[in-house]
Amino acid sequence: MRLSASRLSVERGGRIVFADLSFAIESGESLVVTGRNGAGKSTLLRALAGLLPLAAGEISCAPAGEETVPEMAHYLGHADALKGALTVTENLDFFAAILGSGRGGLPAQEALAAFGLAHVAALPAAYLSAGQKRRAALAKLLVASRPVWLLDEPSTALDADSQIVMAKIMAAHLAGGGMIVAATHIRLDLAGRELRLGRA
Amino acid sequence: MKQTTHAKSKSAGASPLHALFTRELRIGHRIGGGASLGVVFFLILVTLTPFAVGPDLALLARIAPAMLWISGLLATLLGLDRLFQADHEDGSLDLLLTSAAPLELIVLTKCAAHWILTGLPLVIAAPFFGLMLALPANQLWSVTLSLLAGTPALTLIGAIGAALTVSLRRGGLLLAILILPLCVPVLIFGVAAAGAAPGAMIPFATPFLILCALTLMALAGAPIAAAAALRHMSE
Repeated sequence: MRLSASRLSVERGGRIVFADLSFAIESGESLVVTGRNGAGKSTLLRALAGLLPLAAGEISCAPAGEETVPEMAHYLGHADALKGALTVTENLDFFAAILGSGRGGLPAQEALAAFGLAHVAALPAAYLSAGQKRRAALAKLLVASRPVWLLDEPSTALDADSQIVMAKIMAAHLAGGGMIVAATHIRLDLAGRELRLGRA
Repeated sequence: MKQTTHAKSKSAGASPLHALFTRELRIGHRIGGGASLGVVFFLILVTLTPFAVGPDLALLARIAPAMLWISGLLATLLGLDRLFQADHEDGSLDLLLTSAAPLELIVLTKCAAHWILTGLPLVIAAPFFGLMLALPANQLWSVTLSLLAGTPALTLIGAIGAALTVSLRRGGLLLAILILPLCVPVLIFGVAAAGAAPGAMIPFATPFLILCALTLMALAGAPIAAAAALRHMSE
C-alpha cells in the first residue's frame, strides 16, 4: 500500500499554512514531521485525517479501495478523546466499535495490558493521570486495527518506560506493514524519513 | 460477570452506531443532570406560571397547553449546546469524523440518545404538570401526545444549531437565537394539537398530523444539515 500526498496546501483563516507539499510513504515506512511551533505539523496531520479541508492538492492511496484515507487512519491529536464518566475499558470498547473497519483488533484488556494499564481498566477515565490518559488514548491504536497512524506528539506526558513501550509498538506496526506519520519535537526511534516544515 | 461484560463489548463492536448510542446513554445516566435537570427546569417554569398570571383557574386551563409547550421547548434547549461541544472539546468528534459510519447517521444516533435523555422525561412528566395548571383531564392526553410527536423535531432542529456553534465557547445563547425562530412551526401546530379537546372547534387530528409531518421533515433534513455544519465548523 502506498499513501501519497501531492502538492498539498492548507489555509487557515485566510493564511496559507503550507503550500505545494508532496510526499509518499509505502507500507512499513514512517515519516517524522518536524518543525518549529506553528510550522503546520498538526495542520498537516489533521488534513491527512480529513479533518481540515485542502485548499489545493490531493491525498490518495494506492491501490484504491472502498475506504477513504481518513477511514484507514488513526488520528491521535492533542486531546485524548476519553470520557471521564466512562471506565477505561468502556472508552476503549467504544473506540473499537466506532473506529473498527473490519480489520479486527485486540480486545480492550490486551491493549491496556500492552501499555501497562491493566490495573486501571475498571476505573473511570477521569481518575487517571495525564500520562495514563495518554497511554489509554494510545491503546486505541491497538483495539481497532487501521493501517495508517497519524500521531501528533505521541510521546506527550509519557514517562521514559512508556516511551520505550510506545517505540516498540510503533516498530511492530511498521513491521506488520503499517504506516506512521508522526509530528514531534522529540526524537522518536523511527528509522523513517523526516519531513521538515519551515516557513511557508 | 467478567464473561458477560466481554460478550457485551463484542456485540458493541459489531455496530458503531449501537456503541455510540449506549455510550451516550451511559454518559447521560452517570453524569446525571441531563434528564432530571430538564424535568426540574420544566417543573419550575410550569410552577412559575400561576405566580405570573394569578390563580385564575379558567385562565390557567386556557393557557396551559401553550405554557407546557413553551416550557417544553425551553427545557429541550437546555442541554442542546453540549450535544457536540463536549465531543469537540475532548477530541471525540475527531473519532466520529474518521469513523467509517456516515456522519449523518452518527448525528441521528446522538439526537436519538439526547431525546431519550431529555425529551422523553418531559413527555412523561407533561400530564402531571398539566394537572398543576388545571388542564382538563380530557386534554391531558392531547398535550402528552403532541409533545411526544413534537419534541423529537425540537431536538433535531436544535442539533443543527448545536453543530453550527460547536466550536464556540459560549454557544448556548447563540444556539437559542438561531434555533428558536426555526421552532415556530412546530410550536404553532404543537399548541394547536395540544389545545384540541374532544368535541372542540379544532379537531385534534389536523394539527397533530402536520406536527408529525414537521417531525418527519426534521428527521430527514436535520441530520444532513447538522453533519454538513459539523464538517465545516469542527476545524
